[in-house]
Amino acid sequence: MQPLLEMRSITKTFPGVKALDAVTLSVREGEIHALVGENGAGKSTLMKVLSGVYPAGSYDGEIHYDGALAAFHSIADSEARGIIIIHQELALVPLLSIAENLFLGNERARRGVIHWPETFRRTEELLKKVGLSEAPTTLVDSLGVGKQQLVEIAKALSKEVRLLILDEPTAALSEADSQALLDLILELKAQGVTSIIISHKLNEVRRVADTITVIRDGTTVSTLDAREHTITEDRIVRDMVGRDMAHRYPERERRAGKTLMEVRNWNVWHPEHAGRQVIRDIGLTVRAGEIVGIAGLMGSGRTELAMSLFGRSYGRHISGTVEMHGKPVDVSDVSRAIGAGLAYVTEDRKSLGLILEENIQRNITLANLPRVSAHAVINEAEETRVAERFRSAMNIRTPNVFQKVMNLSGGNQQKVVLSKWLFADPEVLILDEPTRGIDVGAKFEIYNIMNELSAEGKGIVMISSEMPELLGMCDRIYVMCEGAFVGELSADEASQERIMSLIVTE
Amino acid sequence: MELADHGAKSDAPKGVGAYLMAHMREYGLLFALIAIMVFFQVVTDGTLLKPVNITNLFLQNSYIIIMALGMLVVIVSGNIDLSVGSVMGFIGALAAVMIVEWGWPMPLAVLACLLTGILIGAAQGYWVAYWKIPSFIVTLAGMLVFRGMSLWLLEGQSVGPFPKSFQLLSTGFIPDVLGIGRPNGTALAAGVIAAGLVVWLGLRERARNRHYGIESEPTAFFVARTVVVAGALLFIAYKLATFRGLPNVLISMVVLTVVYAFITENTTLGRRIYALGGNQKAAKLSGIKTERLTFLAFVNMGLLAALAGLIFAARLNTATPKAGFAVELDVIAAVFIGGASMSGGVGKIVGAVVGAFIMGVMNNGMSIMGIGIDYQQVIKGLVLLAAVFFDVYNKSKQG
Repeated sequence: MQPLLEMRSITKTFPGVKALDAVTLSVREGEIHALVGENGAGKSTLMKVLSGVYPAGSYDGEIHYDGALAAFHSIADSEARGIIIIHQELALVPLLSIAENLFLGNERARRGVIHWPETFRRTEELLKKVGLSEAPTTLVDSLGVGKQQLVEIAKALSKEVRLLILDEPTAALSEADSQALLDLILELKAQGVTSIIISHKLNEVRRVADTITVIRDGTTVSTLDAREHTITEDRIVRDMVGRDMAHRYPERERRAGKTLMEVRNWNVWHPEHAGRQVIRDIGLTVRAGEIVGIAGLMGSGRTELAMSLFGRSYGRHISGTVEMHGKPVDVSDVSRAIGAGLAYVTEDRKSLGLILEENIQRNITLANLPRVSAHAVINEAEETRVAERFRSAMNIRTPNVFQKVMNLSGGNQQKVVLSKWLFADPEVLILDEPTRGIDVGAKFEIYNIMNELSAEGKGIVMISSEMPELLGMCDRIYVMCEGAFVGELSADEASQERIMSLIVTE
Repeated sequence: MELADHGAKSDAPKGVGAYLMAHMREYGLLFALIAIMVFFQVVTDGTLLKPVNITNLFLQNSYIIIMALGMLVVIVSGNIDLSVGSVMGFIGALAAVMIVEWGWPMPLAVLACLLTGILIGAAQGYWVAYWKIPSFIVTLAGMLVFRGMSLWLLEGQSVGPFPKSFQLLSTGFIPDVLGIGRPNGTALAAGVIAAGLVVWLGLRERARNRHYGIESEPTAFFVARTVVVAGALLFIAYKLATFRGLPNVLISMVVLTVVYAFITENTTLGRRIYALGGNQKAAKLSGIKTERLTFLAFVNMGLLAALAGLIFAARLNTATPKAGFAVELDVIAAVFIGGASMSGGVGKIVGAVVGAFIMGVMNNGMSIMGIGIDYQQVIKGLVLLAAVFFDVYNKSKQG
C-alpha cells in the first residue's frame, strides 16, 4: 500500500551542526506511528521540517505526502493539507473559553462577525468526540492539563485533520489522563486519522503504536513493525541509546538510618478558595539514606504538600509541625526552610526552578550565595570553581559554566537545578517529578545521583507520576489521594496494582 | 532547544569576528557613543568637545545619569518607575520652600529632602512589593500625585534664588590642590589615576580569568578597548583641566556609578536583584526575599530621584513647577538604550550610563546645531527604537 507520508533522506543543517542526517520516515495511512529517541536525537526537528516550521528549501531531501511531492513553506501550508501538530507546550489561550480557543484563527464568522450559536454547536460536537463534557464557555484556564490536552486535540479535529502529530502528549499527564488520551488516539485511528506520536514513555508506545521508528543522533536507526511481532521495551531502549540497558534503574543498597525529618498533622487550605482543604492531616517520616516515594494521581495534592512544606510556598492556614532530628524547626519561609535543611526541586523547572536568561554558574549558586561570598561580596573565582565542580560531577554536557541555561536540553537543565539544591547542602531533598521530560540516558544519571545522595545519608522524597520509577527507586512509598495519605507500602509490598487499588478504593 | 546536545550553541565561538558577533551589544554601544560624538564634533565645527561644552555636558546630564542608576536597578528587578520626573520636581520644590521661604540651613534641608525621597520610594515600593500592584500603575499614580504636589507647594510660582552654598551642589568645582589653576592639576591627576585604574583592573581581571581558565576577550580587543577608554578619560580630564577643573557633580556621578556597578555586579544583593527580575518565582523558591528586594529597589530610586532633584534645582538656581517634566522618559530611554530588557533580569549600570550619555550628547549636539525641539524629539525617539531593535535582532540571530 502507498504510504500516506514518506520523508526521504531529510538532511537539516544548522550552523555548525547536522541536526538531521538523511533521515527517512514512512508512515502508512491509518496507523499510529511512534517516533522515539533520546532528547536531542532530532525528533522535534524532523517534525518541524514536516510541518513547515522549517520551510521547504531550508533542508535537503524530499517529502512525499498523499501520493505527491510536497513543499510546505509554513505551518498554514501543512495545515491546509491536514497535517496538524500538537506541541509539547500547549498553545491555548488560558483566559479564553474552550469554544474561542477551538476556532482561534478559524472563527465561525460571517464578514468578521462571529456566529456564536454555530461556534457553540460545533464546539459541543468536537468536545463529545474527545470525551469532554465541559461547557463550551468554560475558560481553558480552569481545566487541568489533561483536559487541556484533549481540547488541543479537539482543535486539531476542527481542522479536518488527516495526519495528527503529537509531541510528548502525555508528558505532563497523570496515569489516568494518559490512558484516556491514548484511548482517544486509538479511537481516532478507527475513524481513519493517522497519527505520529513522539514519546519517552515506552509502555505507552508499545500499547498504541503500529510502527516504531527510532532516531538517534539525527539518523534513523530502525523501523520496527509492532503489529507483526511484539517489540520489547529493552529492544527499543537498545536502539535509542545504542547500547544495552539491561537495568533501567540502578541497583541500590537499602540502609535507612535514623529519622531525619518528621512531619505531623500537616493541613493546608487552598490559597484562593476559602474552605477548600488541599492537604489533610498528613504525617510523613524520612530517614537518613532513604528514598521515600509519594504516589498519586495528578491533582492529588503531592506538589501542594511539597511546596507548603518548603517555606509555605503554597496555600494558607497551614498547620502542623516539622521536626528535623527530633527537634521542631521553623519552615515558615523559604530561607528558613533551606536553613532547616530542606530543598525542593520543582516539577516545573523552567518557570519555577531556573533563571533561564542567566548562565549555569549563576543558577547553581543562587540558593546559597553566602557560601561563595565574603561580607556580601561574591568571589566570582570561587563561584566558577564551585560551578565547574558540579558540572563535572553531574556530567552537565556543556563546554563551560557560562552557557545560558535556556540553551540546555531538559536533562542538563534538570542537572543544573539539582546542582543548585545540592550546593545549598540540604539534609532532605524533595524531588518533584525529577525525570519529567528528560531522556532515558539522563534519567539513569539522575537515578544514580539520587542513590549517591542517599548513600551519603541524605533523605530523599520523590514525587512521581511514573509508577515504575517509584517502584524501581524507592524504599518506601506513600500513596496519596485527595490530599491525604491513604496507604504506606514498603518496597517489597509495593506494586502498581496495590498502589492503584489503594487510590481507587478510597 | 534540542540542538544543545549536539553542541551547536555550546561550541564557544572562535576568532575575533565570532567574538565581536557574540558581544555586539556591548561594543556596539561604545561604538555608537563614539560615532555620535565624532559626528557632532564634525557638524558643530569642534564645538562639542570644547572644554566649556564638555563641562556643560556633565552638568546638563548629571541628574539623568544619577536617576538612570536607580532606574536600571528598578528595571532589572522587573519593574518600572514613571514617577521619577515628578518626584525630582517635587523635591526641588521642597528644597526651595525649605531654604528660601522657611530659611532652613542648607544641610538640614538637604537631609530632609533626601529622607523625603526615601519615604516616597518606600510608599510606592510598598504597593508594588507587598500588594503586587503593577509598578506601571503605582508609579503612574505617583507621577500625577507628585506633579500636583509640586504645583501646590510652589503655588504655581517659581521659587528662588538659592543661596550660594546650595548652588555649589551642582555648579561648584573641586578646588585645585595640586597646581596653579590652569591647566588644573587635580583634574589632570584624576584623569591619570582613572585611566591607570581602568588599565590595572582590566589586566587583573584577565590574569584572574586566565588563572581559572575562563575565556577572556581576544587580546586585540582588550587592548583596543582599554586604549579607547583610558584615552577618552585622559582626553576629558585634559579638556576639563583647561576650563575650570572637575565639577562637583562629576565626582558624585563617578562615585555613584562605581558604587552601583560594584553592588549590581559583585554583591549578593545585586545578584539577587537580577535573579528576581529574571524569574521572580524561581528566585523566591531559592530563598530570596523578593518582596523586600522590590521594596528596596523603589526606596533606592526615591533617594536618587531626590538627589537628582536637588542637583537640578541647584543648577537652575530656582524651583519651577515644570521642573522634571517628562524627564522620566529620558531616564527610561537611557536605560533601554543601555541594553536593559523590559522583562527584567538583564542590563548593566555602565550600559545605562553610556545610554544616558548617548542621549545627552545628542541633546547637546542638536541644540548647538540649532535643531528645533520638534526634530530633536523625533530623532531621540528613533534612536531609542533603533537601539532596542538592535537588541532584539541580535537576540533572534543568536537564539
